[in-house]
Amino acid sequence: MMLKSARWRNLLTTAVAVTAMAALSGCHKKASGVNPATLGPTADTTSATPTATISADPLSIDLGQSVVLNWRTTGASAVTIDGIGQVPVNGTQTVSPSNSTNFHLVAKNDAGGSTEANVRVTVRVAAAPTAPTADASGDMGSDAAFHQAVPDAFFDYDSYELRPDAQQAATSAASYLASHPSIRVVIGGYSDERGSAEYNLALGENRANSARQALVTAGIAPSRLRVVSYGKEKQFCSESTESCWQQNRRAQFSLDR
Amino acid sequence: MFRVSRSSPSFSRALSGLLTLFVLVVCSPAQDTFHTETSSGADRIRIAVADFKPAGADAQTGSLKQTFDTTLSSDLTAAGIFDIVSKSLQPQATPGGPQEISLAQWAASPSSAAMVAFGSLAAQSGHVTVQGYLFDAKNTQFPQVLVKQYSEEATEDSARQIAHRFADEIIFRLGGGIPGIAETRIFYIKLGGGNKEVWSMDYDGANPHALTSLGTVSISPRVAPDNSRVAFSSLGRDGFQIRMYSLLLGRMVTLPIAGGTNLSPAWSPNGREFAYSSSRSGDPEIWIADSNGGSSRRITSFHGPDVSPTYNPKSGAQIAWISGRTGLPQLYIMETDGSGVQRLTDGGYATSPSWSPNGQFIAYAWNRKYGPGAPGGQDIYVMEVASKRWIQLTHDIGRCDFPSWSPDGRHIVFANSASGRAGDTTVMSMLADGTQRHALTGSGADMPNWSWK
Repeated sequence: MMLKSARWRNLLTTAVAVTAMAALSGCHKKASGVNPATLGPTADTTSATPTATISADPLSIDLGQSVVLNWRTTGASAVTIDGIGQVPVNGTQTVSPSNSTNFHLVAKNDAGGSTEANVRVTVRVAAAPTAPTADASGDMGSDAAFHQAVPDAFFDYDSYELRPDAQQAATSAASYLASHPSIRVVIGGYSDERGSAEYNLALGENRANSARQALVTAGIAPSRLRVVSYGKEKQFCSESTESCWQQNRRAQFSLDR
Repeated sequence: MFRVSRSSPSFSRALSGLLTLFVLVVCSPAQDTFHTETSSGADRIRIAVADFKPAGADAQTGSLKQTFDTTLSSDLTAAGIFDIVSKSLQPQATPGGPQEISLAQWAASPSSAAMVAFGSLAAQSGHVTVQGYLFDAKNTQFPQVLVKQYSEEATEDSARQIAHRFADEIIFRLGGGIPGIAETRIFYIKLGGGNKEVWSMDYDGANPHALTSLGTVSISPRVAPDNSRVAFSSLGRDGFQIRMYSLLLGRMVTLPIAGGTNLSPAWSPNGREFAYSSSRSGDPEIWIADSNGGSSRRITSFHGPDVSPTYNPKSGAQIAWISGRTGLPQLYIMETDGSGVQRLTDGGYATSPSWSPNGQFIAYAWNRKYGPGAPGGQDIYVMEVASKRWIQLTHDIGRCDFPSWSPDGRHIVFANSASGRAGDTTVMSMLADGTQRHALTGSGADMPNWSWK
């Protein structure tokens, strides 16, 4: 009996040892391929929180200029940017903020995880108005101060579409009007000397209206704006040269007293 | 191909002479197949215009007779339907009446006249009296075609007006029953001191005088068909607005002010409405209002400039106008309800249409090679509406614009600037085939509009 039990004990010990060795060696071999300790938790983290970055180039602009927003996300299924709305998970977009803006990006995945990213674009307001801000008496300030702050918008030949520089002029006018609430503006439409007087008056009307529309879009009340077309009846420059013609193809912002 | 309407055979005959000249004179490369069905050629009638015989005691007789003779001769020459016998080829005689004329003498070479206009002019106690005769030199038995007597206050203007009336009688009788234009007027814009005012003159450039003195920029005068009013567009605080001058009252009359820029009024042939360009909706479109400026309705609705309407004077049911809806301004026509829009020009820069009195043609200014650095100039063209075939009437004389038909459809008045500068613009007149071009004004005159009668 005693002999028998000792033999069983030995056998059991051996079996346990072999089993343990087998188990250990087996485990060790698997770990050398993919490490579950790193794999598992990482997959878990992705489903819980996407990653996101957003950048802007340049970070600082003058009023009327534009910046390129560039964002990258991983593990996100829906990405939104405040003020722009739903956007692709990776993308770029050109924006022209009218004042300094914090672009706030939120990336979400299906599991409910979300990540935020931010970039701040600083807008330098051009030509800070030096004229005294209009008071309740309805003072519009001087013409000189107005024309210094608000350049005229120039147009291409036979065109009434706002070029980028004309758009910028309209933006300047809009910001000046926004900061001087008692100012009313008359927008004069002009054309060069070529072509018919009647057609040029209609073209001048369309030019002035393009500028007016830009101001209205920028939030200026239409009641503060008046349009007068002068066609080629009032020329700024009387030479028959392209530079002169360009000067005459304009929408001019003036105080409407 | 360029068929002349048969509805008025005599008119066809008259026009055929002009159209023959179109073929002979005009070499437009794109349109060289242009010819007429009726170019068999009615010869121009050869007419001798005798100096009138001075009668009457007043010292004025001589100068009035001088004015009368010059005007009558010039009217018949300008009519474009006569072969005028040169004064140097005429007999020396100045017959004052039927008893004093030897028709054989006028019918014989070298004057070889088919018709003779003659008569007498007397200034007596403040009145000028004219006896005018038109005789057929080849008809020895019954030579008398026309006898007229006129009596007016003895002034230079009366002498000129009498000559115009007598000329119109002759033209009406010999020109296929189309009323002459010697009594018509031309309304135009006179530049001065940075302002532009509405002026009026006789069809031959005589008697120019100002109608308005608004001290601003007024443009595009258009006289009503009954000569009662002149509509135009004038710059005020609210931009360009349609204004109205009454020729009967001799002063401005009120029209309602519309929003936006309001331009280029054009009378309907019945005088009850006018079409014009208005941007009250934010974009220049063609509108039609009644003659008092009320009941406005919009006819076009397409983004881009729409200006310079002109009615078809024959039907009153169509409007030609200029639209920039596809880029550079082009010539279009439509019905007066805005339907049936057709584009007539195929490119370039087309402006200022004027529809011919018979409804067949549209005269307009066109720069066919318009563009920065492009060669070519802005010239006067005439297009036949039905076929869209066109001919060029002016060549290399500088910038031309604002053609306007005479009521007989034989003449076109237009603005021309040899240098291209606005201040150098003159009003010119020519036959509808581009010949007999001559200036009616000095520089500083623009935008002529010929009266309807």
